[in-house]
Amino acid sequence: MSIDHATVRRIARLARLAVADGAIEHLAGELNGVLGLADQLAAADVAGIEPMAHPHEQTLVWRADKVTETDRADAFLALAPDARGGLYLVPKVIE
Amino acid sequence: MVQGIAQLAQDLRAKKISAAELSAQTLATARAHANLNAFITLDEKGAAAMAQRADARLAAGTASVLTGIPFAHKDIFCTSGVRTTCASRMLENFVPPYDASVVERLNGAHAVAVGKTNMDEFAMGSSNENSAFGPARNPWDVTRVPGGSSGGSAAAVAAGIVPFATGTDTGGSIRQPAAFCGITGLKPTYGRVSRFGMIAFASSLDCGGVLARSAADCAHVLACIAGHDARDATSVDRPLDDYVAALSTTLQGIRIGVAREYFGAGIDAGVAAAVQAALQECEKLGATLVDITLPHAALAIPAYYVIAPAEASSNLARYDGVRYGHRCAEPRSLEDLYTRSRSEGFGAEVQRRILVGAYALSAGYYDAYYLRAQRVRRLIANDFAAAFAQVDLIAGPATPSVAFKLGEKSNDPLAMYAADVNTVAVNLAGLPAISIPSGVSENLPVGLQLIAPAFAESALLAAAHQFQLATDWHLREPRA
Repeated sequence: MSIDHATVRRIARLARLAVADGAIEHLAGELNGVLGLADQLAAADVAGIEPMAHPHEQTLVWRADKVTETDRADAFLALAPDARGGLYLVPKVIE
Repeated sequence: MVQGIAQLAQDLRAKKISAAELSAQTLATARAHANLNAFITLDEKGAAAMAQRADARLAAGTASVLTGIPFAHKDIFCTSGVRTTCASRMLENFVPPYDASVVERLNGAHAVAVGKTNMDEFAMGSSNENSAFGPARNPWDVTRVPGGSSGGSAAAVAAGIVPFATGTDTGGSIRQPAAFCGITGLKPTYGRVSRFGMIAFASSLDCGGVLARSAADCAHVLACIAGHDARDATSVDRPLDDYVAALSTTLQGIRIGVAREYFGAGIDAGVAAAVQAALQECEKLGATLVDITLPHAALAIPAYYVIAPAEASSNLARYDGVRYGHRCAEPRSLEDLYTRSRSEGFGAEVQRRILVGAYALSAGYYDAYYLRAQRVRRLIANDFAAAFAQVDLIAGPATPSVAFKLGEKSNDPLAMYAADVNTVAVNLAGLPAISIPSGVSENLPVGLQLIAPAFAESALLAAAHQFQLATDWHLREPRA
């Protein structure tokens, strides 16, 4: 499977990464290299094999529906590049 | 001669040295080795405060074996009030408001954290060259890489700056640098050590662990950091062994499986010879060597380089320039804010993995790549299960070569990925493994990897310790 320039642009957009026009050719080559590696998986006989998402057969843990964290909103908002009045600020989305 | 944890603990109790003196000495040694670039941040103030508390405990007779012992954290563990960068521009100024569980536990033991070590950005890399803070260097030869991603931790221990350092291992990031730097590196069973506060790369593979001089020192640290944590849903609620007591178990009658795939093409002859010699030493100590096969071993790298990037692309979606981390200047729109913040904040390898992951998870390719990789992952885990029906441990070279030169592979992602050929399968299966110094090739350290069944860290540490009682590879020190 070969990745063309349009595909690089499409997945970059999906991943919210900017790729300069001059870098596309090189990046496409690198991605094709990695996917060439992944294409080796086609050789495996996986008929009837269940996908393994996780090392252990674990079930999700239930806990009581109770607040266990203290309110540390100020400490977390202090990390934000731009926050005011208890809100994260971003560029205007709706005109 | 660099001293181990037990000796230092004894010296502290005998008042040969105080925790405050030891910590100041450690920081001075760290500064003297600035050329290694092993640290991203040194925390003089925090270390002094912790050392003072440790000295109070020692005076009161309430100290544990780790009390007052200096060490370093890989800069992937969140440390409250101390900058945690993950070696990324994205988190260059990130000061966490909380401690990772591993940090909390070591603080609770009153061990003295002196700083945060260099690493590959977001733990993605095998050479430490992917750090936004410049590469760390190998104390055995500063023109060579220390390995990665826990390269700074490995360099700091190998150079004798600290007796141990924390690390994380997603595809070999503890074992490979331990092998390259001639030290001992333990990757525990997935879920044995809490991931809470450990910055996520690939959540079904990430595993916290330790780099130290010896298996005995790894046992002391594992005893402190292992255990259930309700704040990590994948943390396993299962009793801990007494890792230190278990060290005295001999190799008598232990069956060691020698996986022929781990000696395949691409393994340097010098490395293979050193590991074979180490295995003969194990045999002399009473172990039985058994020829085994792991038929799907060659598919571990392909499966890993689909699964890890897929999980990374999902995990790293959180860096949006809104809540924390880097934000671009003067964003024109929300999309521009996301896109430019991420492109400016992430380095080349991180971006490459995010793109591979996004592709593998995208509509039309999910089944062919991601789901197929997960099926192969089970085949690989099944190989280990079948082998462990016959043997107690599995052995092979930790790495295909000794430490390579800086720049040698940095422009060739696939050559770099191949450095993990013998380590990634262990993460896919979630097993514990250790790399121990087991000889030299080209005057550089070689690592023997031992792999155990899930939760058999005791067996792993005991075998490594018995080997270290009989050999002195782990006591050799670099001249740098």
